[in-house]
Amino acid sequence: MSKYIEMIRVRFLMMLAYRTNYYSGILIYSINIGAYYFLWTAIYGGQEEIQGLSVLQMTTYVAVAWMARAFYFNNIDREIANEIKDGKVAIEMIRPYNYLGMKTMQGLGEGLFRLLFFSVPGMLIVALLFPISFSANVTTWGLFFVSLMFSFIVNTQINLLTGIMTFFLFNNSGLIRAKRVVIDLFSGLLLPISFYPLWAQSVMTYLPFQAISYIPSMIFTEGFVGSEIYTAIALQAFWALVLIIPIQVLWLLAKKQLIVQGG
Amino acid sequence: MFYVSIFFQYASQYLKTRLTYRVDTIVEIFSDLLFQAVNLIFILVVFGHTSLLSGWNREEIIFIYGFFLVPYAIFSSFFNIWDFNDRYIVKGEMDRVLTRPIHSLFQIIMERMELESLFGVITGIVIMYYAGSTLGLTFAWYDTFIFVAMVLGGAFIYAGIFISLASIGFWSDSRTDIMPMMYNIGNYGRYPVDIYHRVIRFVLTWILPFAFVGVYPAAYFLKREEWYFYAFLTPVMGIVFLSLAIFLWNSGVKKYRGAGN
Repeated sequence: MSKYIEMIRVRFLMMLAYRTNYYSGILIYSINIGAYYFLWTAIYGGQEEIQGLSVLQMTTYVAVAWMARAFYFNNIDREIANEIKDGKVAIEMIRPYNYLGMKTMQGLGEGLFRLLFFSVPGMLIVALLFPISFSANVTTWGLFFVSLMFSFIVNTQINLLTGIMTFFLFNNSGLIRAKRVVIDLFSGLLLPISFYPLWAQSVMTYLPFQAISYIPSMIFTEGFVGSEIYTAIALQAFWALVLIIPIQVLWLLAKKQLIVQGG
Repeated sequence: MFYVSIFFQYASQYLKTRLTYRVDTIVEIFSDLLFQAVNLIFILVVFGHTSLLSGWNREEIIFIYGFFLVPYAIFSSFFNIWDFNDRYIVKGEMDRVLTRPIHSLFQIIMERMELESLFGVITGIVIMYYAGSTLGLTFAWYDTFIFVAMVLGGAFIYAGIFISLASIGFWSDSRTDIMPMMYNIGNYGRYPVDIYHRVIRFVLTWILPFAFVGVYPAAYFLKREEWYFYAFLTPVMGIVFLSLAIFLWNSGVKKYRGAGN
């Protein structure tokens, strides 16, 4: 276990070395959230609320969705793909740790770094510039962080799956891009799921993507209340467990038919 | 002339690599289409809850989006330099490029081109055709030339901004994460700029002029006369921004010292 914690620490320190870039990143994120704020204000026009969300809640939703993204987002799918293409994966596989576990921990180290040095200061700046409502309820915050943890797990699992696909496709930059687009749309980052037409919503209930962004953001904005919150978190936990199966199956298959192209 | 034949050489090599990984190529084209669909879905869903966006209706916004896709497709097939810093400067590849007797920027454009992105031109025209016929727009014969000029202007603006950002790498080789996020900012030029605060409007018009790749030129075809001045400025802005970028690039290359062993 200690080696995995060490891996989180190393990745965290690695990111710390490049922290200056993150200040420019905060600026760009703020512009991004700002533009969305004006876009949504224009969309609301005179309307009080759309699908139960007020303009204020919608702005909070957009801000928290983008800031949470900084935590759960990582590029381990691309890293795995590159390691397979370079042939490095052969060395990684004989090392005394679980390769996929190690990648997850690296992702977590990166995520924790961004959460502390990017999302927290970023959220403060955005809150100064735009009207954003923070919940005063401690339970909401607690549940939000539980939910955020699950969104990291589900997103990382999907990234692992995409990365492992490189074993079968050899070059999967297209798949990686497609995955990113699908997640942006179906996770609720761009639009809350409740804004979609009903038939689309019912399709999305059968997909794991809303566990990534929609659920934590709705908890934060208090768009979910009471038992809705617990059902939503249970859904996230469900997907986190179910996705282990395809990862393990593909990983076994991949190890069997591995062709090292270089190295 | 020499550059033209070099282009065809690179293009034929490129097609060979694409045909080797056929599944990936198809997935890539598919993911491009998906990406274009996402933005269209955003517009459609939003207009499910409102009928006007500060005086512009759904089809007009869709038309702007369709127009945006055309210059954007040209830009993304040839100017994939968002990872220039990592790929060329940190890894020392720039040294190899500089030893060859062709302009360095041209070589990098050729090495990084992704011709399949040109598919976006077709998607854009289909979307514009749909929106235009719903709106009952009419076009004169000379509009074709204006269209080409505006598309090139838009593509030049995009190229100019991204080349300038890549040139920063010559002065500072630390990693920057600005480039990927710039793609997001580019999206805001697709909505009527009068919805934004005047600071953002100023940025989108004069500093990062993404509004010239969407709403301004499209306003001409939508016959929104209050924006004609900005619409006709598009090719001018394109040439100015691209020239500035090339100037920056050339002075960067002179400054370049190499980063590795």
